[in-house]
Amino acid sequence: MHAQAFPAFGVERRGAPVQAFVRFDNKKIRLRSQIYEPDYIIVQDSTLIKDVNVFYGMKEGGIAIVNTEKGIESPVPKGVKVIMIDATSIALQKIGLPITNTALMGAFAAASGEIGFTALEDAVKRRFRGDLATKNIAAAKAAYDFVKGAA
Amino acid sequence: MALGTGCTARPGNSRNNKTGSWRVFRPAFINERCTSCGMCRIVCPEGCIGENEEGLPVPDYDYCKGCGLCAEECPSEAIEMKKEEK
Amino acid sequence: MLEITEGSLAVADAVGKCRPQVIAAYPITPQTHIVEALADMVANCTIDAEYITVESEFSALSACLGASAAGSRVYSATTSQGLALMFEVCFNCAGMRLPVVMTIANRALGAPLSIWNDQQDSISLRDSGWLQFYAEDNQEATDLHYLAYRVSEDHNILLPSFVCFDGFILSHTYEPVDILTQEEADRYLPRFTPFQRLDAEDPISFGLFAAPDYYMEFRYEIDQAAKKALSVFPKAGREFAELFGRDYSGLVESYRMEDADCALVAMGSLCGTVKDAIDELRDAGNKVGLLKIRTFRPFPADEVKKALSGVSRVAVLDKNISLGSKGAVALEVRDALYGSQIPVHDYIIGLGGRDVRKKDIARVVSLAGEGKGDLYYGLREEVLK
Repeated sequence: MHAQAFPAFGVERRGAPVQAFVRFDNKKIRLRSQIYEPDYIIVQDSTLIKDVNVFYGMKEGGIAIVNTEKGIESPVPKGVKVIMIDATSIALQKIGLPITNTALMGAFAAASGEIGFTALEDAVKRRFRGDLATKNIAAAKAAYDFVKGAA
Repeated sequence: MALGTGCTARPGNSRNNKTGSWRVFRPAFINERCTSCGMCRIVCPEGCIGENEEGLPVPDYDYCKGCGLCAEECPSEAIEMKKEEK
Repeated sequence: MLEITEGSLAVADAVGKCRPQVIAAYPITPQTHIVEALADMVANCTIDAEYITVESEFSALSACLGASAAGSRVYSATTSQGLALMFEVCFNCAGMRLPVVMTIANRALGAPLSIWNDQQDSISLRDSGWLQFYAEDNQEATDLHYLAYRVSEDHNILLPSFVCFDGFILSHTYEPVDILTQEEADRYLPRFTPFQRLDAEDPISFGLFAAPDYYMEFRYEIDQAAKKALSVFPKAGREFAELFGRDYSGLVESYRMEDADCALVAMGSLCGTVKDAIDELRDAGNKVGLLKIRTFRPFPADEVKKALSGVSRVAVLDKNISLGSKGAVALEVRDALYGSQIPVHDYIIGLGGRDVRKKDIARVVSLAGEGKGDLYYGLREEVLK
């Protein structure tokens, strides 16, 4: 199994919109361009939807995970499943900070079935130690369970 | 081209770039407790807190990033950070 | 051991295992993660090196120059404006024949300010005497550091090296990298044996004054030493391959060049995208291949000429522009093919981080087929009016 993850920054300031891309494949990944036809998208801040066509390039059967409390109004391409989750509240509750990454990873694992929760847990443990790992795993688990329950 | 020769631009164009949308927490001003000391206006890193005729603070939420410095420094505890609903 | 890690962290790990004795660097995007990681290693005593914090890139490389002259294995890393600030010291390192190794996380030069990738920075130092190696992926970026020390420190060469890897596109990408153990690294890269050094017991001075009756001879010797890397680099690559199986012995590398009609020429991370594009073009019946250039300095003109001898046309992808002239790689390739009838078309592409996709490569191949070249690929129409 091969994987490739990379960011695309806009301006260098905290809070500015950024994109990040992930590919995974059974063979070595040589392609370096950004992703234009995603199978999955994760929108960390739903207020961006009014400025950016986040669904651009998505195909039928694609899944979009959107971090939102009150829902989204914009049109969604045909055949794209939208999963809405209030990851900010989960992160605030479990980690104590509005950092939604691990919660959204949990949501992605549940929605896509591409990665198991144990693998995600291992990855979080490699990235964080001690209390921080426990909190982030809790955030991921809460989101994972929310999506599994909703599905 | 959007930018002139030499990659130039006229002053003031950063106003077009509204930076308030990514706020997670919004400062709510409680005027009853405010003593008009002006501390919030001094510490705001965005310079986006003005004042009205009565000397009360008026935030410009188009640019407020929700950093919470004003609430942290307010001597009268007249600013509360409330979670935005997105 | 295979690990999924960030390019910068993999590079820092390899640099640490090269056992540098002195590191001096100034942080700059997108190089920062490398020097942060190395500063951590020094602070945590996981490597035995002196980390000199400095106030600028000029000072960083000056500190490296002094430390190298004193007989240490030294390391630095920079990019873009940082490299531009090192300009003077770069020439001095080469002229004093100091085998400094420096990572370049390739980034565009301002103005306009850009933090994103192209290869203008290292290309602009092409005449400085530094050897320049370009990596396609993070495995290669990592491994090239071991080779760079071997080649630079060879007493027949004694020249500094850039290991160039594309900023963000590689430096910030997480992907699998086979990480050498310290024991493996030590087996390949022995401790540094300086050719000569500053020594109070046996004093010498470096980089003295040369009058017109000798200056040219010194320049000639630097040039000769750089050219010797054309044979030393492949040898270092073969020895690396014998130990670890990954083969960097080619100064250039051919991909599906057998029976190719059109040859693309590229350096760095672009080669990966080009390879994928070539597979699709081949499936559609187009005879296309890639010649990847690994060592830009010294330039392997003979290898380029040999590899391209059978093609009908060449399309060079240049992530740089020698303003007022052409892309630097195309100029070299054209020079290598001088006297042949093979047309060499130049395409300036991906400057300042503009993304390059498979369809762009396919379009370049068809433009070359129409004989349309020497152009900036994918410009906004508004500048062409």
